[in-house]
Amino acid sequence: MAMADQTASGSFRLSMLIYDTRYRSMTIQIIVLMLFMLGAAWLVDNMLTNLAALGKPLGFRFLSDAAGYDINQRLIEYNSQDTHLRAAVVGLLNTLLVAFLGCVIATVLGVVIGVMRLSKNWIVARLMTVYIETFRNVPVLLWIVFSMAIFIEVLPQPNAFRGDAATASMLFDAFAFTNRGFYLPGPIFGDGSMAVVVVFLLSIVGIYFFGKWAKARQEATGEILPTFWIKLGILILPAVIVHFVMGQPITLEYPELKGFNFQGGIYMRNSLIALLVALSLYTAAFIAEAVRAGIMAISHGQTEAASALGLRPKRTMSLVVLPQAMRVIIPPLISQYLNLTKNSSLAIAVGYMDITGTLGGITLNQTGREMECIMLLMLCYLIISLSISMVMNIYNNSVKLKER
Amino acid sequence: MSDQFYVRTEMLEEQPAPLGQTGILKWSRENLFSSIPNSIMTIVSVVVVAFLLWEFIPWAWQDSWNASSRRECLDSTEITGACWGVITERFNQLMFGFYPHELQWRVLLCFVLLIAAIAPVLFDKLPREMLWFSAIYPFFGYWLLWGGSLWGPIVVIAGFVLGYLVMRLLSQTLGGLAAMILAVLTPLIWWLFFAGAAADILHGIMPVGIEAVKSSKFGGLSLSLIIGIAGIAISFPLGIVLALGRQSDMFIVKTLSVGYIEFIRGVPLITLLFVASVLLNYFMPKGTNFDIILRVVIMVTLFSAAYMAEVIRGGLAALPTGQYEAADALGLDYWQSMQLIIMPQALKISIPGIVGTFIGLFKDTTLVSIIGLLDPIGLTTAIRGDSAWNGIVWELYIFIALMFWVFTFSMSRYSMYLENKLKTTH
Repeated sequence: MAMADQTASGSFRLSMLIYDTRYRSMTIQIIVLMLFMLGAAWLVDNMLTNLAALGKPLGFRFLSDAAGYDINQRLIEYNSQDTHLRAAVVGLLNTLLVAFLGCVIATVLGVVIGVMRLSKNWIVARLMTVYIETFRNVPVLLWIVFSMAIFIEVLPQPNAFRGDAATASMLFDAFAFTNRGFYLPGPIFGDGSMAVVVVFLLSIVGIYFFGKWAKARQEATGEILPTFWIKLGILILPAVIVHFVMGQPITLEYPELKGFNFQGGIYMRNSLIALLVALSLYTAAFIAEAVRAGIMAISHGQTEAASALGLRPKRTMSLVVLPQAMRVIIPPLISQYLNLTKNSSLAIAVGYMDITGTLGGITLNQTGREMECIMLLMLCYLIISLSISMVMNIYNNSVKLKER
Repeated sequence: MSDQFYVRTEMLEEQPAPLGQTGILKWSRENLFSSIPNSIMTIVSVVVVAFLLWEFIPWAWQDSWNASSRRECLDSTEITGACWGVITERFNQLMFGFYPHELQWRVLLCFVLLIAAIAPVLFDKLPREMLWFSAIYPFFGYWLLWGGSLWGPIVVIAGFVLGYLVMRLLSQTLGGLAAMILAVLTPLIWWLFFAGAAADILHGIMPVGIEAVKSSKFGGLSLSLIIGIAGIAISFPLGIVLALGRQSDMFIVKTLSVGYIEFIRGVPLITLLFVASVLLNYFMPKGTNFDIILRVVIMVTLFSAAYMAEVIRGGLAALPTGQYEAADALGLDYWQSMQLIIMPQALKISIPGIVGTFIGLFKDTTLVSIIGLLDPIGLTTAIRGDSAWNGIVWELYIFIALMFWVFTFSMSRYSMYLENKLKTTH
């Protein structure tokens, strides 16, 4: 060791930095780092100079100014006197709302379509292929504006529901689909509704423990309980009984036509629905392909072994094929969730106020702080994306085949 | 007793299979009505398809291709559905945007030459000399599209030639590395300080050029194709470099690559397009103002390179280690082993992913309508702004969807074909 050091230091020449494999990688890394830092410094310096020349040095104080604009879709209290920061938070929540709902719908649709595409039924399999190829091969932005156009052009105006000669009518007198959005019955929590909610939450906990107990029982005795129906019963019955015992504290408020528009109930803006429909149909096509690939990746021997054991086709699917296919499906599923979340930024095309519409749209235009707004916007999406992929990776690791 | 036996001595005549076991009846029993749920699904599907076609075909099957305005369609008694006149009248615009009519042959020529330029890359049976054309094509194509003085592209090419000459001449006297550094620096200096002036002087001496077209005139499908193809062409090599960087043993190179890839993949393309439209000029020295389409191409390329890198990394990771070790055992250095052993195999594995990224990039070019460029979707707003076509929706969207569908679907089919062709396993 000492000798090697001696020869190295003794006959060290500058050219060894390049031609000696012991030093070359270090040299290259240092050069790359220097170039990178020089480039970054050049860009940042240019930026600061340019911003200073325009009289708007980098700073985030504008976030605490009054926003001065309204947001029609909000999950938390907000009015135009609130700060830009709060407007951004409202937008962020809207992004998360559409991303979450979209992921749920897309997953359900995608799994169903993916399984149906493998169906032995010729016409169903063909139809699903057509669906997948249609949705995958057309830009998502086109789907978004298309579904928005459907809601605006095809659905009736609230006015059409009026009078005796109404050209449109409400579904079950409870749902109104208009070109301004959907009006659904909304719950009103009266006195004593707390008890119902608590019982409902308790039954969810109960379901969890029942599931554990049923599994343990199955392992011990081999008997299989109809867990699905029992769980459904536990979920619904106690809450319904308490609801009637307490004298029906939770009532539904139905939307009614008042003035020019419907009042009451839950109002879902059509920009939200159009975005949701387009994003989930589009992403479902990709998820369906991932599901199909996952199922096809499971060798036929597994299915045959299962049927040799006497499992029925449904049980083969749910106990043998799907658990194994999940390992193949999850990684592409993660990236589809990420894609959906990022594509939700196209909300700006239909006027849904997500974070791109508030922070990257109106706030940017009003304050003229492009640099800060877009940097914050990117940061938000980066955090969302990294957290989604982190959570899903943890899940992925938990279902991964443990090789010993 | 013996005549009680009966032994058949000749074969029975073959009977035709029962009616339910042959032909269409058997097929439909097996594929459509194998069980009760299956039959229900079949019937439901048929009803749904029939309903959709029942609604759609009478609407779409209209002799309205010659209508000159939406009012004409609405007033006409014969036309009860789609008003396809908008496609006929605005076809040119949907293809070329506001590109001057008498110059549109340049765009067409550019796309035709593109085929000639990529042919030698795709098919190795063609003469290798054709690669020279592929090398000049980017500059020539740019000149055809944007027009202006021919000297502009020529001085840019001159930079590359200069670099090559420096490399050739000095590698003997100064040694490989010094020559390489100078070969990179000389063209840079040339482009930054002398190229503009040289082009002006040459243009003054001998004005050769064609009419210049501003970026704001570009639009329609040709804009999507220009952005898409430029993005694809540049992001591919960039993606390879990034993928190698991510797989590298060098810590700093690896960290930078990972950071870049994860950052780009974590943000939506639309934010990067915002950067292109409002921020990019801030990062340049004061007074620089380069073209919006160029800026968009830069950001789209940077975006897609990160995805490309991930796809190629997948291919690199899928190769058995034996391949890397065999390349080392042959005494190849890093670049040789990559070029001769690793990349050809890794790229082959990642073909589906690469084409998928290309398709994604092409579809994503529609996003430029949000920052105000006139790609087909951006043009729909412009067309609806005209009083003649006010309120027209479906015809345009259906036409645009069809256009994109044809391109992306054929790309995905081509990738399947390529995959099969390159498959070496049995």
